[in-house]
This record gives sequence, structure tokens and C-alpha cells, in this order.
Amino acid sequence: MDKPPNNPEPPVIEMTDVTVGTLRDLQSLVLEGVNWTVHKGDFWAIGGMHGSGKSDLLYMTAGLTPPQAGCYRLFGFEMPIFEGELLKERLRIGLVFDDGHLFHNLTVRENIALPFRYHKHDDWRELEERVSALLDLTELRQYGNVTAVNLGRNLQKRAGLARALALQPEVLLLDNPVAGVDLREINWWMNLLNQLSTGKGFMEGRPVTIVVTAEDLRPWRQRASHFAFLQDKRFTGVGGARELEHHTESLVRELLAEATTKV
Amino acid sequence: MQAPLPRSYTNFIGRKFFLFLLTIQGIGAFALITLGVMVRKMRSARSVTMPLALQEVSRSGVRLFPMFVFISLVLGLVVIGETVSWASKVGATQFLGPVMVLVVVREVGPMVTALLALSRSGTSNVIELGTARALGEVEALEALGIDPVHYLVVPRVMGMAIGIFSLAVYFIIGSLVSGYLWAFLQNVPLRPGDYFQQLAQSLTTLDFVVLALKSALFGVAIAVITCYHGLAQPLRLDEISRATVRAVAQSVIACVVIDALFIILYLAV
Repeated sequence: MDKPPNNPEPPVIEMTDVTVGTLRDLQSLVLEGVNWTVHKGDFWAIGGMHGSGKSDLLYMTAGLTPPQAGCYRLFGFEMPIFEGELLKERLRIGLVFDDGHLFHNLTVRENIALPFRYHKHDDWRELEERVSALLDLTELRQYGNVTAVNLGRNLQKRAGLARALALQPEVLLLDNPVAGVDLREINWWMNLLNQLSTGKGFMEGRPVTIVVTAEDLRPWRQRASHFAFLQDKRFTGVGGARELEHHTESLVRELLAEATTKV
Repeated sequence: MQAPLPRSYTNFIGRKFFLFLLTIQGIGAFALITLGVMVRKMRSARSVTMPLALQEVSRSGVRLFPMFVFISLVLGLVVIGETVSWASKVGATQFLGPVMVLVVVREVGPMVTALLALSRSGTSNVIELGTARALGEVEALEALGIDPVHYLVVPRVMGMAIGIFSLAVYFIIGSLVSGYLWAFLQNVPLRPGDYFQQLAQSLTTLDFVVLALKSALFGVAIAVITCYHGLAQPLRLDEISRATVRAVAQSVIACVVIDALFIILYLAV
């Protein structure tokens, strides 16, 4: 049954005049006046140069830091949510860190299992099934018992993705997922994120809303449905792939490797 | 009339004093947060935290056991063997029990145990947590909705409290027995029955209670201070060594202060 028109589903992410601080020092502001709305099923690619605040924007979106000003709602709930009854709402969002940020003394299998064990406790059968499915999804089965610190960078990123998917989030934030990896690995990520965004395979028909950040927008121009860029502490929405191709802003051309600015 | 201290000296002392107060405030707040999490999340995620607490008991207790056996033997030789030997020479063997209880059970045993556990497990706490912090693992925990204090600190506090208490008991038993063995080897005319009877007569219920409380409190203090320095503030990898030094120094101070408070308690009782 359709929802009544006067009670539409709230946006997944809704920011109004939000100011973002850095993780290390919240008073040090990296973005100001962010107005951003993400709807269910969107695939966003946010470009920006190194130090433009991409990671800090994702950290705040994931609920690691509070907005320093403005209003941020996740699924209609005002953030930040750190614990309590509303924590389950925040867990509907998953974050994949730039280099995985795996727990270095745990194996890949333990890393993936940890969020499920912590939040769902003793359902061992479901845990085993889910960890196995994630190891297969990320093609890490043979590395399941390898300690995270002994994994290569590519595999750490994959394990970070598997861990973020352990609680089957509805929104996935990925910080620079294809930075510093080879073309074959980029292709692997593109295919997998495509699967997730269309709800195929692991997500059992439930499309995942995806937000990625990147310093190079080329791999995403045919994948993402919405684009934005960060520059001079500002978040600027671009629109879809068509608008991206015709955008005249020099940073956008740089992010598409079509122009360079002398420094 | 004495000349006033140069302004820079007073500034230096003032800064150090305020820094000291801020550190106490920070550690106190961290201890209260840890206590709050411990109580509030006692039944939450036990399948994750209990194995971690047991692992910590193993690290702060079981794995240190061989070293403690060796050191208790040496302490028995150095302190107790000497005391027994000396007391027997001056005909004061009837005071051996009270002296042993006073020195080993009340003071040296728990304090030496705490300092040794600090050197082995406390330092590794700061380094492990500092590394986790510097590598962004704490943020990863928060992103997964896992309370870092619940996951990283509470098991360490519980484990160190239990570990240090257990080691203190073994350490004291080892020291008292080895002390008599050394005295026996020196042909001191004291029968084992007399020696242990004196010990038993000198021990009171308060000694057992205070031993348990004091050693557990040492464990809690060391765990809280080392976790605070490793976890409570953002760290870079190059800052971990300094944080470790600070944590060790402050843990020693905390143990001495706790010990002094218990001496006051003894004197009051």
C-alpha cells in the first residue's frame, strides 16, 4: 500500500546549514553551510582535493562527530546519536574507512564478526552464515584467519567493506574506496557497489544508498547518480552525470582529469 | 628580606600545578565514565566483553606468574630471610609473625605486585590503546556503534583488578615460604610450625579485607590511568612513548597515594 502523500518517507540524509569540524579538533572547521539531501537508493559521488574535508564530512554523516552548527537528520532523527534507544537508527548507516581501519590484532573473520557479535549477541548460526557470506562477497575467504595487520592495502579495504556490511546497513558511506588501487581492483569495487546499489546478491533485494568520496571522479561518472564537490569549505551539488560532464567549474574538470591547475 | 622568585619560576610552578589539577580532573572523569559504563552495560554484549576480561586476567595475572615466582623467591631471600636471620640472632623470633605480616602482607606484597604488573601490563595497555587510537581503530569502533570504553577499557579494568589481586596473594605466599626456606638454610633455630603459627596469629580479618581491596584498587587505578593516556585523547604514533611515560609515572603516584590512604585506615582502626 502506498504511503499517504502528506507523510512521505523522510530523506535518508538531510543537512541544513551544517558546519563540519575535523575529527582531531572539532573547533577546527572544514566545511560550512552544508545543505545536502540524500534520498533512498541514491548513489552519490563527492569529489574534492586532499584536505578538502571529504573524510570529515563522512565521519560526521556516520555519526562519529556532531555537527558544529546547523541541523542534520538521519532517517528523520536528529543527529548526533551516540547511544541509547536511537542507536539502532544510527546503525542503519555503515562507514568504510579510507584504509579499512581494521582492528589490527583480530583476524579478518573476527573483524567482520565483531559488530554482529556485539549487537546481536549469541545467534551463532546467523553470525557464521553472515560472516561466510561476507567473506565470499568480498572474496576474502582464504584470508579469513589472517590477522588484519598482515593484509595488503587492497584486501584491508575489502575487509573494511565486509565489516561495514555486517549489520546490513541501508546507507553505505565509503571514504575514497578506490584511491591507490590498481585498475582490476577498481573494476572489482565498481561491480560490487553496483550490486549493492541495485540490491542484488548479499542485500537480498534491498538496494543500498551509497555515498562515496573521491579525488578522481572518472571511475564514478557512469556509476553515480548524483555528484557534488568540496572546495573552499563549501559543499556544492552538481547534479547528475549529464550536469557533471557540462560543468564549467575548474575543480570539476580537474576531478575528471581534464584540466590541471598550477600550484 | 628574601628576594621574590623570578616571575618565570612562579609561572612554571603555576602551570605545572594547573596541569596536575587538570590531569586529576581528566582521570577522575574517565574513571567515573568507566564506572558508569561498567554498571549500565553490565549485561550488554557479554559474549564479547567476558572473553576480553578473561584474556586480560591471563595477561595481567597468569602470564606474569613465572616472573612473580622468581621475584617472590628473591624477595624472600633479600627481605625475609635477612629479617628472620637477624631476629633470631637478637632473640626476637617471637616478633617474626607481626613483622612479616606488617612488611609483606600489608605493604611490600601488594605494592611490588602492582608495580611489576604496571611495568608489564600497564605499559602495554598504553601502547596498545595508543596505537589503536593513532590508527583510527577507536573511530572504527564508534562507527560500528561499539562503545570504546565498554569494549577496550572495562575488560582491562576488571582483568587487572582480578589479576593483581591474585598475583599479590601468590606473591605473598611465595615470599613468606621462601623467606623461611632461606632462614632454614642459614640454620636459624626456628621450626616451621612456630613460624607459620606466628604468622597465623598475627593475621587479622582486616588484613585479608585490606589486601583484597588494596590490590584490586591498585589494579583499577593502573588500568584506568593507562587506558586514559592511551585512549582519552587523540594520539599520533610519535606521541605514544611520551603518553606511556606519563601513564607509568602517574600510576606509581596513584599507587603510593592509595597505599598511604590504607595506612591511615590501619592507624585509625
